[in-house]
Amino acid sequence: MIYKETGQYKSSYKSDHAIFPLLQDKIAFSTLMFIAFLIIPFVINSYWEKAILVPFLIFSLAAIGLNILTGYCGQVSLGTGGFMAVGAFSTYKIMTYFPDMNIMIIILISGLITAAVGIIFGLPSLRIKGFYLAVATLASQFFLVWLFNKVPWFYNYSDTGQITVSERTMFGIPVTGAEAPSYATYLFCLVLVVLLSFAAKNLIRSKMGRSWMAIRDMDIAAEIIGVPPLKTKLSAFAISSFYIGVAGALYFAVFLGAIEVTESFDIMTISFPVLFMIIIGGLGSMLGSFLGAAFVVTLPIGLKFLMVDMVGLSAVTAKHFEITIWGLLMIVFLIVEPHGLARLWSIAKEKLRRWPFPY
Amino acid sequence: MSVELLNFIETVLNGLMSGVMYSLVALGFVLIFKASGVFNFAQGVFALFAALTLVGYQTGQVPFAHLINELFGTNYHNWYASMPNFLAILLTMVTMIALAWIIERLVLKHLVNQDPIILFMATIGLAFALEGVGDLMWGSDVKVLDVGIPSGGSIWLEEATIGLAAEGSDYYGMYVDVLNIWATVIAVILVVSLALFSQYTKTGRALRAVADDHQAALSVGISLRSIWILVWAISGFIAMVAGIMWGTESGVQFSLSLIALKALPVLILGGFTSIPGAIIGGLLIGVGEKLAEIYIGGYFETGALENWFAYVMALVFLLFRPQGLFGDKIIERV
Repeated sequence: MIYKETGQYKSSYKSDHAIFPLLQDKIAFSTLMFIAFLIIPFVINSYWEKAILVPFLIFSLAAIGLNILTGYCGQVSLGTGGFMAVGAFSTYKIMTYFPDMNIMIIILISGLITAAVGIIFGLPSLRIKGFYLAVATLASQFFLVWLFNKVPWFYNYSDTGQITVSERTMFGIPVTGAEAPSYATYLFCLVLVVLLSFAAKNLIRSKMGRSWMAIRDMDIAAEIIGVPPLKTKLSAFAISSFYIGVAGALYFAVFLGAIEVTESFDIMTISFPVLFMIIIGGLGSMLGSFLGAAFVVTLPIGLKFLMVDMVGLSAVTAKHFEITIWGLLMIVFLIVEPHGLARLWSIAKEKLRRWPFPY
Repeated sequence: MSVELLNFIETVLNGLMSGVMYSLVALGFVLIFKASGVFNFAQGVFALFAALTLVGYQTGQVPFAHLINELFGTNYHNWYASMPNFLAILLTMVTMIALAWIIERLVLKHLVNQDPIILFMATIGLAFALEGVGDLMWGSDVKVLDVGIPSGGSIWLEEATIGLAAEGSDYYGMYVDVLNIWATVIAVILVVSLALFSQYTKTGRALRAVADDHQAALSVGISLRSIWILVWAISGFIAMVAGIMWGTESGVQFSLSLIALKALPVLILGGFTSIPGAIIGGLLIGVGEKLAEIYIGGYFETGALENWFAYVMALVFLLFRPQGLFGDKIIERV
């Protein structure tokens, strides 16, 4: 009874095509946006910003990107870390060459550069698929990380090989660099994430999104009914890489501030966790990308709290425990609900619809 | 013979030897993929876990010593000072078989009929879990593994080849690690016995039947579950051999599990479903990598091509043969 849709009539095409057709969804979404934009910025502190909210937003963006490629277009990619590195290093290079450029524009351009790189590394997908493709995308991961690690031009010949962000402002308030206040970095990420999520949601509902799904469901059949595989696959790679590139740019410029490519964009710290986010959240679901990112970002914090503060293990042993539990949870989750958190949510909605009646 | 030619031969020889190491890891992948359709990412961690366990048994470490000591304030470390190599290897084998059984029971059984990507993610989870358990059980410090395999440059080969160069040129003979020679010998024995096992024993035939067609194998009365346990145990055994080899060479530590990433290009080059493919793919990648490092690496002045060269090589190859060197032909229908 809580989630009932009876009585909500759609009398125009416009209302039929709405992203949130139900009143309940609209209310829930507006409340969420209200809290995110008007309450959290006033109560946020540095811990919440650095440990939970900003990484959550950035990884949501990366998860949306990978979900477009893997969840909607069916091309498994393990190269997320490499593409995020492209975003980060483009941001760095543009920052050094154009000191006066607005940070928002820099980040979007970095996304475009990553999209171009994504198209190049998406080319093998025209010939190979499945696990062969997954392993082939690993090539991009290793090659790109090697490139940024070994070619000094990318890190401006610094001795350590690290790249460090300099301060940039939006409306006079610094959003990057060490001086940036928590609310500013948070809001900066939030605005980008909200805008890009809406763009992604609408892209998926467009002709392009439908052709991605056709390729995913059965590529040969899709080709026969007139979906061009070349355009479709490469557009999925490009747009997915754009999102991942923007996420990488934010990860470097707003979140970490200084990075070393082999550590920050490792396959174990980025590629697999992001893949896990979209699987645990739900392949081919926007909501799933957010739920998965939230889960993956908060779980280690919760585990660490439990191990170190409650049980009193040393940090090293707790770390080992964390890895173990992490792995076991992945397995348990895949066994219990292979369709992810988004599926759990739709089951919950179904239950809420008839509650308190059993049928 | 000119020095260049001798250097070339030496490079190829070393490439072949390191290729054997890659093949060893790839072999475990292929076996599991053929028999259960699982792309087992945990193969590298299997090798790490086996090597850790072997060292643990050898030196008599108390399992979970760190954890127990931290939780209860005790001070356990070792049960006994040392154990004969033979016994330790045997015990490690038993452990790997037990591990295969546990994996079948707790993971695979529940994931039958799921998408390949789900199974793949499950093995990534398995890799994390096993790595954590291995560290918790035996500690994460770098350990020295010594089961009596000699290592270091082969003096015999060096002396035998020093005379091959032309008079007056300063050539010091070929450098080949004895450990690699041993690895090659052991790998050959392993592959031959695997081939014999799968050709001439009843279980081996059942194994091949399952690899060919799950349903047909089930319908003639082959127990899928026991075959799966067997295959995972064999892969565990191969991982142990790989773990011993790599562990002897560079110590037992976390980076050992990254050999899985080295084996992946071997797999796509050779084809996921072919045992000869894994071996030849491994050799090709080993030689290609070493040659690239020496003959192309110089132009980049940055070196360390090793990380990605194998992938690019495999990728270029895939553009011409999408199913790999010996993989089953991919037939697609709507």
